[in-house]
Amino acid sequence: MIIDALAGVLVIPAAAAALLAALPGYRLSARLNVFAALLTFMTAVSLFFIEPRSGPYLLVDDLNKVFVVLTTFVAFTTSVFSASYIGHEIEIGRLTPTFVRFYHAMYQILMFAMNLALVANNIGLMWVAIELATLTTVLMVGIYRTHEALEAAWKYFILGSVGIALALFGTILVYMAARPVIGEGVDAMVWTVLMTRAAKFDPALLNVAFVFLLLGYGTKVGLAPLHAWLPDAHAEGPTPISAVLSGLLLNVALYALLRFKMLLALNPAAIAPGPLMVIMGLISCVFAALMLYRRRDIKRMFAYSSIEHMGIIVFAFGMGGPLANFAGLLHMTMHSLTKSAIFFAVGHIAQVKGTQKIADMGGLTVTHPVLGWGLVLGVVAIAGLPPLGIFMSEFLVVSSTFARAPWLATILALGILVALGALFLRLNTIAFGEPRGPAAPADASYVPMFAHLGLVLMAGIYMPPALVTGFQNVARLLG
Amino acid sequence: MNALQFDVAHLLAGLLVLLSFMQLYQDRLYALLNIFALHALVLAASVAWQAFVQDAPHLYLTALIALVFKAIVIPTALHRIIVRLGIHREIETVVGVGPAMLLGMGLVALSMVVMLRVTTEADPLAREDLAFALSVVLLGLLMMVTRRNAVSQVIGFMSLENGLVLAATGAKGMPLVVEISVAFSVLIAFIVIGIFLFRIRERFDTVDLQALDRFRGERR
Repeated sequence: MIIDALAGVLVIPAAAAALLAALPGYRLSARLNVFAALLTFMTAVSLFFIEPRSGPYLLVDDLNKVFVVLTTFVAFTTSVFSASYIGHEIEIGRLTPTFVRFYHAMYQILMFAMNLALVANNIGLMWVAIELATLTTVLMVGIYRTHEALEAAWKYFILGSVGIALALFGTILVYMAARPVIGEGVDAMVWTVLMTRAAKFDPALLNVAFVFLLLGYGTKVGLAPLHAWLPDAHAEGPTPISAVLSGLLLNVALYALLRFKMLLALNPAAIAPGPLMVIMGLISCVFAALMLYRRRDIKRMFAYSSIEHMGIIVFAFGMGGPLANFAGLLHMTMHSLTKSAIFFAVGHIAQVKGTQKIADMGGLTVTHPVLGWGLVLGVVAIAGLPPLGIFMSEFLVVSSTFARAPWLATILALGILVALGALFLRLNTIAFGEPRGPAAPADASYVPMFAHLGLVLMAGIYMPPALVTGFQNVARLLG
Repeated sequence: MNALQFDVAHLLAGLLVLLSFMQLYQDRLYALLNIFALHALVLAASVAWQAFVQDAPHLYLTALIALVFKAIVIPTALHRIIVRLGIHREIETVVGVGPAMLLGMGLVALSMVVMLRVTTEADPLAREDLAFALSVVLLGLLMMVTRRNAVSQVIGFMSLENGLVLAATGAKGMPLVVEISVAFSVLIAFIVIGIFLFRIRERFDTVDLQALDRFRGERR
């Protein structure tokens, strides 16, 4: 049997994970990790040119192509960053070679799980994949085995399992709703079949199912009342994992939510899922923006910023319609790129300064100009200032909402502004002011960070028409 | 649907809810563990009964997994952990027994109201099963939030998973893939938990999560 690109994005990481688990020596492993991630990315890109046929288990359409390519791209750049990050961790003895071997294998398993969740054509399979992704990240968050890391991992594990359990209950309810229409068996869990028959499902069951799915997968997205795991997990794990968590895993959970939203939209009698998502998104955005002010730990601060941005994205998708969906999709892409770039910078900064406390680092633009200015650029981008990409997507979200619900738009804009204030307040301490902490030159890989920021800048100034039409197609698909 | 089949399924599912309640007020870890083993045993019986009623032989496998893995292997292992850590004495609860029971009743009432109202179309067996399953899930959740001790949180999580298995088997004809994955995920979850417990033990000499809470990410 010839393996097509769809199977490729799963087989490559799985094979790499097995290989990495067996290989000693971190230099070789790190290179192999990068190589496997690159190969997966190229395979994912080929999906755009040769579209494989969707089967009963795997599915490819315009929506998940975007997600898969974004995921594999950020995974690739993160693996490049990870190579230099891990090298430093081994040097200072924070990680032992055994742990690094485990780390690399887990990294590829995580890639496998995320890709599987994105291409699964079965709601059960998707659930399994997201659970697998959660478990691997739990193990990676706890890898340093400090008090804080263990607490973070435990909290993440408990909250993540609760979320995953609720999501499974929702999944079972969707099956119950589909069974009378489609009949028993595997077909009643297949996306492509569900989508064609959704109009006849029992709306009451679908409604309850969606509430469970929203709470369950919403926990993984990091929406406001359920976000407690997110800052700890980001702050205590290795920084490449923070970048992957923020940039990718949150998106994967969001993708699951979007699929179910599309399913509900096809049933005229079911509740509109939009308003629920709008409310949760808005709460997350405003809450996280306020929480940003009191952060003392640099990684926690950017974790809260992730909650804020996921809030904006969920809000945009909740509003729905071609324009808001387009904005949401663009914002998601921009956020993934920018936030992972910021974490690349933060990772190296924390390594050279030997701390994550904001109070202990200062004047970075003087001591480490490249890192410092990279971080400044990243924060300018994430705060939503022109001419970078996030400005454009945030502007689109707010302006498209103004026409339909001015009040909501005002609150959202307020949240964004509050967050901007908080970020700049902290940035001022970190990047400017008198230099504090060690000034030893950083042994860093700047390429991934500036590649991401370059893309974000480019998107803010000029979006290639092919990308725009592609996103518009997906936005229409999302309804 | 004959009356006996319905009654037995009803009885077993109801028993699960009752056992979930009993877990709420246990103040010794051994007792809690025993109740959990019983919980898993009843689950196995319930799943086996569903397999018989629905004429779905693959469900017997799920029942077997529940019996061997959840009712025997895990309780034994946890028992060892408790002995080794010497923490069998007490369970520190966040909420007192009284309020916890009241909350539990509220949750059961809630799940009955929600599930029975939305599943008027479904067949009665599946309806009741789902309502009970949701109760078990919510009671498991309640236990996880009202206990501080890591072992009892884990038990809460597993009884929550039992509720999910009950729901999955109640949904007639749900593909085998899912059941295996449910069982499998419990396995993985257990391995993860095991690793964590040992690490926590190594580091803190206690499995009380309050000890963990002292180490907030942001100390002033």
